[in-house]
Amino acid sequence: MEVIRQKVAVPGAPERPEDFRIRQLRARDMLRGDLEGPELEQYVEERVLTTTLDKAVRWAQSNALFPLTFGLACCAIEMMSIVGGRVDVARFGFEAFRASPRQADMIILSGRVSIKMAPIVRRIYDQMLEPKFAIAMGACSSSMGIFNNYAIVPADKFMPVDVHVPGCPPRPEALMHGILKLRKMIQADPDLGWRARYEATGTEEIVDGA
Amino acid sequence: MSATEERTLDVVSPGAADQLDRYEPEHELLTINFGPHHPATHGVLRLMITLEGEVVRDCKPIIGYVHTGIEKTAEDKSYWKAIPAVERMDYLAYYFNAYAFCGAVEALLDLEIPKRAQYLRVAHLELNRIKSHLVWLGTSALDLGAVSMFWYCFREREQVLDLFEMSSGQRMHTRYIQVGGVAEDIPPGWMERCRAFTALMRKRADEYGALLNRNEIVLQRLRNVCIVPKERLLELGVTGPLLRAAGVPWDLRKAHPYCSYDEFDFKIPVGTVGDNYDRYAVRLAEIYESCSIIDQALDGLERLDDGHIADDRKVVLPPRHELATSMEALIHHFKLVTEGYRVPPGEVYFPIESPRGELGCFVRSDGSAKPARVHMRDPSFVNLQALPDMVQGTYIADLIATLAMLDPVLGGIDR
Amino acid sequence: MPDATGLELIAQELRDADDEAVLETLHFRGRSTLIVEPERIGWVLERLRGKGFDFLASVHGVDYYPEEPRLGVHYELLDMENVDRLTVKLRVHTDVAKVPSVTPQWPTADHQEREVYDMFGVVFEGHPDLRRILMPEDYEGFPQRRDFPVGGEPVLFTYDDAHGTDYTQ
Repeated sequence: MEVIRQKVAVPGAPERPEDFRIRQLRARDMLRGDLEGPELEQYVEERVLTTTLDKAVRWAQSNALFPLTFGLACCAIEMMSIVGGRVDVARFGFEAFRASPRQADMIILSGRVSIKMAPIVRRIYDQMLEPKFAIAMGACSSSMGIFNNYAIVPADKFMPVDVHVPGCPPRPEALMHGILKLRKMIQADPDLGWRARYEATGTEEIVDGA
Repeated sequence: MSATEERTLDVVSPGAADQLDRYEPEHELLTINFGPHHPATHGVLRLMITLEGEVVRDCKPIIGYVHTGIEKTAEDKSYWKAIPAVERMDYLAYYFNAYAFCGAVEALLDLEIPKRAQYLRVAHLELNRIKSHLVWLGTSALDLGAVSMFWYCFREREQVLDLFEMSSGQRMHTRYIQVGGVAEDIPPGWMERCRAFTALMRKRADEYGALLNRNEIVLQRLRNVCIVPKERLLELGVTGPLLRAAGVPWDLRKAHPYCSYDEFDFKIPVGTVGDNYDRYAVRLAEIYESCSIIDQALDGLERLDDGHIADDRKVVLPPRHELATSMEALIHHFKLVTEGYRVPPGEVYFPIESPRGELGCFVRSDGSAKPARVHMRDPSFVNLQALPDMVQGTYIADLIATLAMLDPVLGGIDR
Repeated sequence: MPDATGLELIAQELRDADDEAVLETLHFRGRSTLIVEPERIGWVLERLRGKGFDFLASVHGVDYYPEEPRLGVHYELLDMENVDRLTVKLRVHTDVAKVPSVTPQWPTADHQEREVYDMFGVVFEGHPDLRRILMPEDYEGFPQRRDFPVGGEPVLFTYDDAHGTDYTQ
């Protein structure tokens, strides 16, 4: 059997060692302003990452979510443990839980929402500024959980929810998975989904003079 | 949002009118709404505080923001299925909720629990007590400003939850304590891991003590702050570490032992002054005692082997391997899962010592397969009545520290 | 717990002092219960405080539907010196659900009586601040009564959505 050695042509990489030198000289020329016209365009296409402004903004938004401290019941303890060392939400940059809804952009509804608390949750959600996202953590906030009774309201009844994380309570890894799914959703396009269906903008509460 | 309006003491409730005599009218009093969404209240607790400058003159807690109607839900489910509902009341002490309910039902059924099951229960209850105190310590230190304590305590908490997951499959709300004993026996390797944990926990509790015990900030904020005399605490019905911090050595595990606690040798930490620092020190010392109880329980488990759940097939599910061979086992299984067992009519109040105080479960049975009334006398619900007394005349910062030392768990308060 | 004879002695003492106070005694599974006349509850608790039961552990309500009188209020007393527990029970009808409040003498009953009022509708006369504690203040109805529906939403299964709930057709 014959062994044939063949160099695999990687696009953009120099095929021969001499090519590398050529590219080096080209780069020096571009920096000096000596490359012109089509040569310059080709150079830029090969090297510089182009993207739309939207995508860049979404990338920034998804990687800089500030969750709101909104612990209601048992799920809040598991939400606190994602801040802990084992499932470390600081790996992704989301460890700065803000207490004020004006400064947060993600509300994690961790726990059961009772009828006394529901208007308050809605008010806090309104006070958050766009773009804002909501995660319903646990079975009770998504759908009343095991307490199908007079005192509990599922979150979807009064506020739009982006991601539902099931569990009673969901493991911290599950919540992390939910948050990362939200991050992917934001990177894709957050305007799809309920925002387009309900044309839900302008839900902020602005206090005069504040 | 907090509505800060400057006005004299408004009539917040009918009984507040007579408080007008206590304050001179020329001082302006500010009524602030604190919560229910607030980073420092432990859960959704709402406080209406009346302030004179920064000094708290009056404090009214308003609760009910996480009221779930668990007691009503439990009436709708058979006894076996009510255990997960009842577990979710005080969400840091779920083994205690389940045990109070199961203990009450076992008292109604007059059921004998095997010793091994009792020791398993004790081991898990004390692990849960350690875990509850760890969460308390982490969040309280966070309130005081010692932010890194939060991470240390939650690191230990993960170890405890690993043990829970190993024995029952779930981290929280494990449904491990069942009527008649425990759901499953512990897997091999659990005991070694548990021993390793208690050895580690003692060292870590030493570290926490070294960090906080003589810390100047902790001393300044907690020493001689918010003292309430023990007679007043007894009047208000306060139990648990709050009462023990004031000097009353009342612990149901020692006074009225249940679940073979009388076979264990442990001490009860009791405070002297009754200030916030004593409340902190009592709970920290309880962690050591719980470690010792767990070690003794593990020693006992090595020689006990009379089953992890009672034998009475009318109440307890038969083991699964019997379902293939025995017809009665199949019938029992079917009846128990569909209808559930019937409990003779009667009423029982079963109190135990939870990490926050006396947790009593009242179960009324009317002879059917569903409880007719389940009520939890939750310790936080009653302990919260002591808050206005504690914070009279202190600063807001002391209010925050006292709320942390009170250890309220809103799930238990609101049920 | 005071055993059966101890319970009878206590009941006898109370009956000697006031004929109509104690209606019945009950000893079940090692626990003692006194059933008293609703109007005399304050007096009974004070007498029991004199006998050493100086800690009121719990005040809670029960709905005995369909037995009349329907609403019951239980007071769990604890004697810390002798480690004794005693339950005092009273029952009222729904239409005259008025019970004298014990909050002035036992401050621990404050929130607990409010909860009984909120959940069952028993009005405690003399309570300093009787309003709803767990439900919103303007809620109507007393949720933990047995004839109050559990509530909640019907679960809409996919089959019902498509075909309607009558599966026999």
